[in-house]
Amino acid sequence: MALVDDRRNDMTFLQKVRNTNWFLIILIFLTAGFGIAMLYSVAGGKMDPWASRQAVRFAVGASLMLFVAFVDIRVWLRMAYPLYALGLVLLLIVEVMGEVGMGAQRWLDLGFFNLQPSEIMKIALVLALARYFHGLTAEDVQRFRWLVVPLLMVAAPAGLVLVEPDLGTAILLIMGAGALFFAAGVLWWKFALVFIGVLGSIPFVWERLHLYQRERVLTLFNPERDPLGAGYQIMQSKIALGSGGLWGKGYLLGTQSHLNFLPEKHSDFIFTTLGEEFGLVGGMILLGLYTAILMYGFAVAFRARSQFGRLLATGVTSTFFLYIFINIAMVMGIIPVVGVPLPLISWGGSAMVSILIGFGLVLSVYIHRDIPIPRRPGLDPT
Amino acid sequence: MKRDADTHRIFSRRALLLGGAQAVLMTGLAARMYYLQVIESEQYKLLADENRINLRLLPPPRGRVLDRHGVELANNQQNYRVVLIAEQADSVAQTLDALAELIPIDRYERAKVLREVKRRRSFVPVTVAENLTWEEFARVNVNAPDLPGIQPEIGETRAYPHGPTMAHVIGYVGAVSEKDLTGDPLLELPGFRVGKSGVERTREEYLRGKAGVSRVEVNAFGRVIRELNRREGQPGEDLKLSLDAELQIYMMKLLADESASAVVMDVHSGNVLGLASTPGFDPQSFNIGLTQQAWSDLTSDPRNPLLNKAIAGQYPPGSTFKMMVAIAALEAGVVSPEQKIFCSGHVELGNQRFHCWKRNGHGNMALVDAIEQSCDVYFYDIAKRVGIDRISETARLFGLGAETGIEIPAERKGLMPTRAWKKGRTGEAWQQGETLVAGIGQGFVLTTPLQLAVMAARIANGGFAVKPRLILDTQEDGAPRVEPERLPIGRVPLQLVAEGMRRVSNVPTGTAFRARIKNSAMALAGKTGTSQVRRITLAERETGVLRNDQLPWAERDHALFVAFAPTAAPRYAVSVVVEHGGSGSATAAPIARDILIKIQEIERAGRGPQVGGNTSPPEDRG
Repeated sequence: MALVDDRRNDMTFLQKVRNTNWFLIILIFLTAGFGIAMLYSVAGGKMDPWASRQAVRFAVGASLMLFVAFVDIRVWLRMAYPLYALGLVLLLIVEVMGEVGMGAQRWLDLGFFNLQPSEIMKIALVLALARYFHGLTAEDVQRFRWLVVPLLMVAAPAGLVLVEPDLGTAILLIMGAGALFFAAGVLWWKFALVFIGVLGSIPFVWERLHLYQRERVLTLFNPERDPLGAGYQIMQSKIALGSGGLWGKGYLLGTQSHLNFLPEKHSDFIFTTLGEEFGLVGGMILLGLYTAILMYGFAVAFRARSQFGRLLATGVTSTFFLYIFINIAMVMGIIPVVGVPLPLISWGGSAMVSILIGFGLVLSVYIHRDIPIPRRPGLDPT
Repeated sequence: MKRDADTHRIFSRRALLLGGAQAVLMTGLAARMYYLQVIESEQYKLLADENRINLRLLPPPRGRVLDRHGVELANNQQNYRVVLIAEQADSVAQTLDALAELIPIDRYERAKVLREVKRRRSFVPVTVAENLTWEEFARVNVNAPDLPGIQPEIGETRAYPHGPTMAHVIGYVGAVSEKDLTGDPLLELPGFRVGKSGVERTREEYLRGKAGVSRVEVNAFGRVIRELNRREGQPGEDLKLSLDAELQIYMMKLLADESASAVVMDVHSGNVLGLASTPGFDPQSFNIGLTQQAWSDLTSDPRNPLLNKAIAGQYPPGSTFKMMVAIAALEAGVVSPEQKIFCSGHVELGNQRFHCWKRNGHGNMALVDAIEQSCDVYFYDIAKRVGIDRISETARLFGLGAETGIEIPAERKGLMPTRAWKKGRTGEAWQQGETLVAGIGQGFVLTTPLQLAVMAARIANGGFAVKPRLILDTQEDGAPRVEPERLPIGRVPLQLVAEGMRRVSNVPTGTAFRARIKNSAMALAGKTGTSQVRRITLAERETGVLRNDQLPWAERDHALFVAFAPTAAPRYAVSVVVEHGGSGSATAAPIARDILIKIQEIERAGRGPQVGGNTSPPEDRG
């Protein structure tokens, strides 16, 4: 492997601007705009309490996205492990503080901002895994001993998030990482093995759990632990969607959401309001926007010259897909209720910002797509 | 570089698979969306409307009950009340304090309101005070701006302006019970009232009206957002009774101190002009809800205020039954009008002795004399000749021993015994002595005061099977009234008993001469009755029968009187039964006289029964 002079590849700001994938940015703005419009509607046609604050957060998040995009991809490569370590430490702190008596708390109060370490971890894990697999050859990836470290890298944060308890985030972490493992070339049968192993160990693990722990796990799958409660949510959600029909009831005219039959109409269940007011057509437009963003994500991955860039773009895009799929499948009653927001639409600052930072990284991969990165960047003379 | 190319190649393949899988799953979401929003859409639209739209029933105002002149006997009164809507009050406690300065709210009520407020959702109105006076209500209204959360409201409650005097006829309304439910959704409305007795019950559906419906949009908490549309209901119909309020009140006053009943009816139309039973009770109290104490007071009273004695009190008719025996005997031909029977004061039958009320006997008696002086021996004799079966058969023709079909519930049949009846009932054969006892209206024979009035009416109108009725001109009863049928009874027997009755209260030897009407244009014809409720032992008879005022109340005789007036052209029939009232001539006859004077005065004052229509008698009557 020849040493490469990195500086030769440095780009000017103008080059970066010209290189930026502005169309992807426009898609993201459109989607977020859709989301703010929906938050305006669920508040009964008012900017408060959600739409205005969501707009501010999106502005902050979008600025961060552009900042992240313009930072050289090699900087992110170097930052991958430190960011991962930081995320893990913050998760531990949250866990310890939670144990000490703040209840099941998922965030750190930074005064001006409530930081959710699990959101940092969603990005940091993708970065760290992309960096790790970037350093492996095709042969290495097929050997089990090279997989021990990345598996631990997934297991640690996933385990911490799971005991918070936050099943939604844990699933996103594990499945997002799985997509990355898959793209990196981990052999098929290993996925099969893990799948069978997980299934097989469920009864065994279940036996060893304390009663209260079982309760907690059951609660994860059934947030209300009350058949009427959980059933009610899904039923009302399906009624809202179904009654929307093809064209919807019209903007601000959704009876299910405006008469409060819908639970969590501004956060996890916002898609139902959209489906009720804009019908199948509105839902399809949103799915179309999402699909376009996903396609751009994969296109970026294909265009990148470095394995790091390819895996980073694939990881972020797949995580984004998982958000979309789990949320929409949940509100349409295909899968059980798990707390996963609809990306760029649902009310909630941390998830919005982490998704935008993720897309910042995707954009960075695109802007710096032609910069080759050696397999062992640590040996570079920078 | 070859190895790098390897990872790139593997990545490309894997990323394509990953993208493909995601595309498939996205398509799955789209398909599911299509399924929910297009294929199943109709069903969910229905469910969404079910969620959102509530039907609110609008209770119709209940029909009024009127007397024959249109006087209100039951109406709906505005019930001024004050409700509190917690969410509109800054502080419920403060609002209640402010309200308490305007209207009296005691500590108990205050605690109840606070409890209710906590229990209900904050937009549900809680009643703070009800049945306010107009002054109190106006005070609250004037101060409403300073009473956040307070809403003055006008509701409707059933009211009975004449209180206890009409209670047994009108009945009362009360909360709906399980057995009242007929599927009418109105009945499930909280606070709805249905008729529980009297015409309120028998004409319930007529008075109730049809519910209106208001479709309202509600949110998930049940709060009404707006009214979508409304269909007005149909108010209940007014019900016009044949009752004459003035007469009814007068009758109740006459009987006020007794446990008694009286009925007045038009002998031609059957219109019941007065139907009194004492003691009365306050029908309003059933609407508001009786206290435990008030209920046990009503049910433990030996004079039984809740019983409508006029239709459900069953009494031996005593001597008032003698007209039936006389008619049965004349019809059967076992006695001729002129045939005289000697009364020695008693008759012997087997080893039993049957006494006349007059110890020393009446001497020779013909039929009219026997009625006039109520000679027991005469009737023992002719009863024995005609037999119990023919007496009962005749009595049934005159309306005794069967329900009259008057339009109020809980009517009793009374009893007209026959040989077959006794055999079936007790397994024992009929004794001839029992026929003798029945001949003077004692023993097994039982009648209700209403039946006795019907009997008097059928005698007075010349033998037409007139039926008592309380309700005038209702639509459900709108069919033209059938002319009463003529009874299969000869004119002569009827004229003879009518003449006997005339003499009872118009000749000095008549048993009710003292209770006569001196104005001959209004003169009454009647018959006294005194029915024993105890057995007089041989020993007592020898030492002298105890007088009623020597006996405890419950052992005294029932006093009865049946009558009609005016004698020249009978118009009104009346019956009076005073429980344990002593003798018919001393107690019941004066009451009947006063009632007959009253109704004739009312008629003369120009408010006669023409109101009821269809009262002109055919030529050959009376």
